[in-house]
Amino acid sequence: MNVSQVQFQAAMLAPDAATPEGLRNPDGSAASKRFDVYRNNVVVSLADALETAFPVVRKLVGDAFFRAMAAVYLRQHPPTSPLMMFYGEAMPAFLADFYPAKSLPYLPDIARLELALRHSYHAADGTPVDHDALGQLTPEALMRARLHLAPAVRLLSSDYPIHSIYVANTQPDAPNPAMQAERILITRPEFDPQLHLISATAHACINALAQQKTLEDAMRLVENENEFSATLGLLLAQGAVVQID
Amino acid sequence: MRPLSGGLKAHLTIKNESAMLDQTHFDTLPSRPGVGYKSQHYSDIMANPAPVGWLEIHAENYMGAGGRPIAQLKHLAERFPISVHGVGLSIGGEGSLDADHLARLKHLVGWLKPASFSEHLAWSTHDSHFFNDLLPLPYADATLNRVAAHISQVQDVLGRQMLLENPSSYLAFAESTMSETDFLRELVKRTGCGLLLDVNNVSISATNLQTSPQDYIDDFPLDAVGEIHLGGHDEEEDETGAPLLIDSHGKPVVDPVWSLLDYTLSRSGPKPLLVEWDNDVPDWPVLAAEATRADGALAAVTA
Repeated sequence: MNVSQVQFQAAMLAPDAATPEGLRNPDGSAASKRFDVYRNNVVVSLADALETAFPVVRKLVGDAFFRAMAAVYLRQHPPTSPLMMFYGEAMPAFLADFYPAKSLPYLPDIARLELALRHSYHAADGTPVDHDALGQLTPEALMRARLHLAPAVRLLSSDYPIHSIYVANTQPDAPNPAMQAERILITRPEFDPQLHLISATAHACINALAQQKTLEDAMRLVENENEFSATLGLLLAQGAVVQID
Repeated sequence: MRPLSGGLKAHLTIKNESAMLDQTHFDTLPSRPGVGYKSQHYSDIMANPAPVGWLEIHAENYMGAGGRPIAQLKHLAERFPISVHGVGLSIGGEGSLDADHLARLKHLVGWLKPASFSEHLAWSTHDSHFFNDLLPLPYADATLNRVAAHISQVQDVLGRQMLLENPSSYLAFAESTMSETDFLRELVKRTGCGLLLDVNNVSISATNLQTSPQDYIDDFPLDAVGEIHLGGHDEEEDETGAPLLIDSHGKPVVDPVWSLLDYTLSRSGPKPLLVEWDNDVPDWPVLAAEATRADGALAAVTA
């Protein structure tokens, strides 16, 4: 009796399925508990990877809920690559449709934020331009300039206070989140991604810069010149600008 | 005594770090203790690695584009020979190897130029789904042909020899027609690959399949061994009450495995020895103590 890998993996992911025939204990009897070792290893290692990937989601729902949710997720969405550091790409969409989590409508966006932090952490290194690089341009050249942002930069926008929720669950003595829409800029000055709460207009402005619109076009999206200077100052201070064209 | 492996060397190396760039290159693993590298041990290892003479990394953890993991690895590689140990290639898989993953591996091995590359006699991917575990295969002509072709493909793409590790077995396949040692010997003959002998896995498989671990070592092609692994395991029972050991890499190496190591080294001579500890990773002194014990086992056969 040959055991194909398609039979093996199907039985491995179905807790109630029979053990494939052709797998033996030392006395020649059918290996049942021994096959369960593989069942258990796969489920535990994938659930552990999800815990590592989504610590704040886990804190918000509690350990037992997270583990049960992970057991559903990993069967619906087994990894599609051996790069476990990026496992969980489908988590935001999964949580949006996961009925038991309906009372926490911000959960998918928190998962999105945790994925963005992970991608920022592993993104390529960039060499930032000098802090005063823009100051050396003539006013005309400045308005025509286009920026290249560092590979680790990420932008998020949510109808929920995702920055406040994240901070409240990762830092001591943080204030309670107020129910409001929030936008986040993620930078990585060195190795650790940094979260910045930014305004809707600053978000639109940085998004335009990320799409290599000119500074003149990006400036139209902010409230005033002060906000534009502050936004550019934040990007430069965080090492988020790697090239000026 | 190895006077250059202590704190003084570490101090000097840190001071001269920039001068060391690209000057040191380690082509082989030394017959000394190594450990599986965990990022929480970075400062301890850089400050005083004794008696650790080389490090092993899991290839898949260093396939991001940049950031801290790659930066740490570059620093470590300036001071230590590195063994790249893959856990995701699925060499025993029924399907073809994942071309994207092989390309990522080629990239990593290309810039890092590690002293060794190894993978497992196991499968982990089926139909593009990766299960993050080392799953078993039967030992028969069809699997032998397939695994040999995969190993040759990996060695061709990477342009170097690889080592193949013996698995932990929890069960046997009715369809197997040859022993694991014969299967491995034939792979070495057909592909020119080397072997990574995990004596913890030998101990686990022998207990689980009720065979003799010493007989396994006696029959193992020790000349092909480029590295030996040690690790901890869990102890359970199957439904008949028979012992069932589970490879967990989450505990100290047990005495029977240390004894099997001594038995192996007495036949093989000194080899690079790796202590693996992947789950419930302890503080550095605990792992360093395991490496010191491995150093003692090596000293016993070197003297």
